[in-house]
Amino acid sequence: MTQMALVIDLNVCVGCQACVTSCKSWNTSGTAGALADLRPYDEDPTGTFFNRVQTFEVGSYPNTETVHFPKSCLHCEEPPCVPVCPTGASYKREEDGIVLVDYDKCIGCKYCSWACPYGARELDMERKEMTKCTLCVDRIYNEDLPERDRKPACVLACPTSARLFGDVHDPESVVSTAIRERGGYQLMPEWATQPANHYLPRRKTEISIRPDQIMRTDNPRKVDGLQPKPDASSPALDDAASW
Amino acid sequence: MNPAFSVILLTTLTGTSQGLFLAMFGAHLMHALNMPSIDPGSDFYIAGTVVSLLLAGGGLVASFFHLGRPERAWRTATMWRTSWLSREVIVLPAFMGSVALYGLGHLLDWAPQAVLAIGAAGAFFAVALFICTGMIYACLKFLQEWATPLTVVNYLVLGCASGVTLASASAAFSAASLTPAFTLAAVALTLLGLATRSASLIRNSRIRHRSTLQSAIGIHHPRIVQKSQGLMGGSFNTREFFHHRTLAFLRSVKWTFLLLAFILPLPLLAFGALNASAPLLCLAFVIQYIGLLAERWYFFAQANHPQNLYYQTIS
Ligand code: SF4
Ligand code: SF4
Repeated sequence: MTQMALVIDLNVCVGCQACVTSCKSWNTSGTAGALADLRPYDEDPTGTFFNRVQTFEVGSYPNTETVHFPKSCLHCEEPPCVPVCPTGASYKREEDGIVLVDYDKCIGCKYCSWACPYGARELDMERKEMTKCTLCVDRIYNEDLPERDRKPACVLACPTSARLFGDVHDPESVVSTAIRERGGYQLMPEWATQPANHYLPRRKTEISIRPDQIMRTDNPRKVDGLQPKPDASSPALDDAASW
Repeated sequence: MNPAFSVILLTTLTGTSQGLFLAMFGAHLMHALNMPSIDPGSDFYIAGTVVSLLLAGGGLVASFFHLGRPERAWRTATMWRTSWLSREVIVLPAFMGSVALYGLGHLLDWAPQAVLAIGAAGAFFAVALFICTGMIYACLKFLQEWATPLTVVNYLVLGCASGVTLASASAAFSAASLTPAFTLAAVALTLLGLATRSASLIRNSRIRHRSTLQSAIGIHHPRIVQKSQGLMGGSFNTREFFHHRTLAFLRSVKWTFLLLAFILPLPLLAFGALNASAPLLCLAFVIQYIGLLAERWYFFAQANHPQNLYYQTIS
């Protein structure tokens, strides 16, 4: 069985919102219908987005870290939003594990959004149908697109490659490797929803510099016992060229 | 959650309708089994049926206002294998159909056994409907305020209490001899409702929520604050899942519903029955119903959806 998913690297996400805008732009232009954008330039703008990037501050000053946190449907392997749907509009695809809404069947009762602990579903204000991330089903198998573009719009837009896309059930895929090697984790594991999307944690950034990279090995002092000229702390031609 | 008036009306109106029907059928059954009771005559049953149908119909109409695409509502009956909402959508018309037939049976003087059998089916659907309605909320396990058998019990008991109060008021008009029995049952159910609803209030005040900001974003640090929720003008997530009221307002709604739904109706019912006063009994019902509207509002508002963890700070 295949389970397509996103793996989001919190270590490199810079919170630029490129994935948010490219998601909206792709998904509001498709055949499924536009996503609402009410009062976009007025006081109280609101609209439907499949993907949001939030920001959290972890720790107390001065030891804080700013974590940018992209959030979209996690395509749970045990999706609590699916069985509650009275019309069968919400379903999980057998072939690739993507959780989708059949918009033509949805009556807009919002029950599925109550049943998602992550707040990943949004009722479109204009269409009055439940909408959510589709993992770009209309891109990833789309033969009209060049092979390299058959990925979710957010993945292609990310300037830091913080978003990986692939099959989490294939142990050799880039996503499985990343989860395995970098401690990928799921959100709210306490509800046993088994989200397919994983997050990669922050990593300690350490500089590894060997002493010989700081001290020139061909320091003249080592050769003839005399003070180097000019001394090590003032700028030299090598400093300008070393980068 | 943000209480939707359509759902508040739906659950309180149909609950009263089911309770009223169960009260009527209870009286009918007692009579049929030759237990010491009085035959209220078919006028009482016909009037009760009409009121019960009007209430359930009102609830049904209200429910359509909750839907974004009501024209597709027929599809809701398809997923009864997994969805309690779908089951409710099937059981509600089944209940209304049985009630209508039951009234028709009394009106046209059908064979007593047949009417009794229809009534039994109606009673079955009434109880099933209470269970479906309660389970719609109780089955959402991360809405911890709802995920308890008490939710189902409260829907059952509170619906029966308001229905039986209405039955005693309606008996005061068309079958005065039944009023004392109905009033006694209404008092008992109101007291029982006070007990079960208080039990759920006490339970909910002690809940420790299993989801935290730490588990929500998967970073285990004691101090995390949100700096931005990724939007500034509000979204479905900020509108649907939070009531946007103060805690003080919530607390006042709680005391209001305890007073109106449980405390005040008791003396009104007692005096109403002693003086055989239909206006007093009607007043008891109206006050209790208003109390139940507040109770239902509070039921929704009190439920704390874990998704709110992601929407604490605008920016
Ligand atoms: S994240 Fe929410 S909407 Fe997506 S599959 Fe899981 S429960 Fe369903
Ligand atoms: S809003 Fe639509 S998809 Fe969600 S439960 Fe209702 S009918 Fe199903």
